[in-house]
Amino acid sequence: MLSRMEIQETNRMIAESNLDVRTITMGISLMDCADSDIDKFNEKIYKKITTYAKDLVKVGEELEKQFGVPIVNKRISVTPIAIAAAGCNTDSYVSVAKTLDRAAKEVGVNFIGGFSALVHKGFTKADKILIESIPEALDVTERVCSSVNIGTSRNGLNMDAVKRLGEIIVETAERTKDRDCIGCAKFVVFCNAVEDNPFMAGAFHGVGEADCVINVGVSGPGVVKKALEEVKNTDFETLCETVKKTAFKITRVGQIVAQEASKRLNVPFGIIDLSLAPTPAIGDSIAEIFQVMGLEQAGAPGTTAALAILNDNVKKGGVMASSYVGGLSGAFIPVSEDHGMIEAAEMGALTLEKLEAMTCVCSVGLDMIAIPGDTSASTISGIIADEAAIGMVNNKTTAVRLIPVIGKGVGESVTFGGLLGYAPIMPVNKYSCEAFINRGGRIPAPIHSFKN
Amino acid sequence: MKSIITVLGTDKVGIIAKVCNYLAETNVNILDISQTIVSGYFNMMMIVDISNPTKAFEVMSADLEAIGNDLGVIIKMQHEDIFNCMHRI
Repeated sequence: MLSRMEIQETNRMIAESNLDVRTITMGISLMDCADSDIDKFNEKIYKKITTYAKDLVKVGEELEKQFGVPIVNKRISVTPIAIAAAGCNTDSYVSVAKTLDRAAKEVGVNFIGGFSALVHKGFTKADKILIESIPEALDVTERVCSSVNIGTSRNGLNMDAVKRLGEIIVETAERTKDRDCIGCAKFVVFCNAVEDNPFMAGAFHGVGEADCVINVGVSGPGVVKKALEEVKNTDFETLCETVKKTAFKITRVGQIVAQEASKRLNVPFGIIDLSLAPTPAIGDSIAEIFQVMGLEQAGAPGTTAALAILNDNVKKGGVMASSYVGGLSGAFIPVSEDHGMIEAAEMGALTLEKLEAMTCVCSVGLDMIAIPGDTSASTISGIIADEAAIGMVNNKTTAVRLIPVIGKGVGESVTFGGLLGYAPIMPVNKYSCEAFINRGGRIPAPIHSFKN
Repeated sequence: MKSIITVLGTDKVGIIAKVCNYLAETNVNILDISQTIVSGYFNMMMIVDISNPTKAFEVMSADLEAIGNDLGVIIKMQHEDIFNCMHRI
């Protein structure tokens, strides 16, 4: 029989520490919607998405009631459009983005991911069309998220893509400058992108996936912080054990929600993504966890080690709690979505270079970072290349989601609203990498990729 | 199928009576009940059987929340699995 203590512990996590299931994401394959006529393709994908996901939000809300735990987002990911729409005779996929947006609104999800291309080794014609469609697509839609994978540890880096995407990010910022350059907050560049990530902006439904699948992203930085407050001034063993135990409990909640959602929607369960995803709410912050661990501010010496501990122990605790773990799994460090990170960046404790070091040990990469609007495309490409190199060499997923804020500079800030939060504009190294980026071509795969 | 009902708030006459009456009306059997009062703060926990209720879970959960609002306490009804999954391997 359950004890009063156990029941209280769970409900305290929910009420006081912001324990929630961050997202239920339905992955839908659009491979069977292929058509040479883009209008017919759009018709088919709209019908498929709105049919498969018609009960997603309703079931999510039912589960929230049944378990008494908030399920913050219900989302959809689809097959990368550059693959699904490759057969269409067209020179733009903007109409596809508009269709995805319409479908997302129809079923009531707040984001739909998969306006994506996988170009880690080279471009198809469709990949090029997709990349060129990104600025307009993100301008004219609200809920569509876009991503491009430009490298893998097995294949090296496509530097032509890195160069062009620096320019695409600037164009996207320009096109949405009247809305605080929001377009760039919905676009992410990956190295080693995963096929079952439920989190936005980088979610897409991989080609190796089933027709339809339910992936769940758990969260809970607040719960970890609260647990660590109980073990202040103890050694690292106790610290690690506490993170592990807490991660186990958080993940079990995700697992039961995923199983039940899968059953009610009659869709197979894919994976649980064990992530600590912060929100702008006080108490729901990765930076606050660092402070409880003993750092004055995020960015202080020791931050990379603290993040490594957190990331590793979240995984160690979480893997036993779920039958299938996947996605990005780890600690996210999006600057604008974490009030402690924002504070650290504002006071200069946290710099872009320190964040880059942190991405070697976090779950993803440079995320939701506002940079000056006059940053050149080649500098953005240089930052992407650095981040991708970290991912390629260390066999991990890395990503870049930068927002050049047109018309603003260091010392100013930008507000995206909602879960995307707000961010101070961070200084970027002023020295040029243009000649390096202009070389073009591919960076060969690293030596340790040859594992066969 | 079991469910956990928790009530939190300032103690007053009739909290348990109201909740139990509602459960009787909806054919929900109480399996276990315990309560404590710490400095006037009322804390009750019930384990109930919801195998054959006359109303849907969502409706009962909303009704109990409304009863709680009338009494000035917080009443939550949750499926027991959320607690079992977290505290039992």
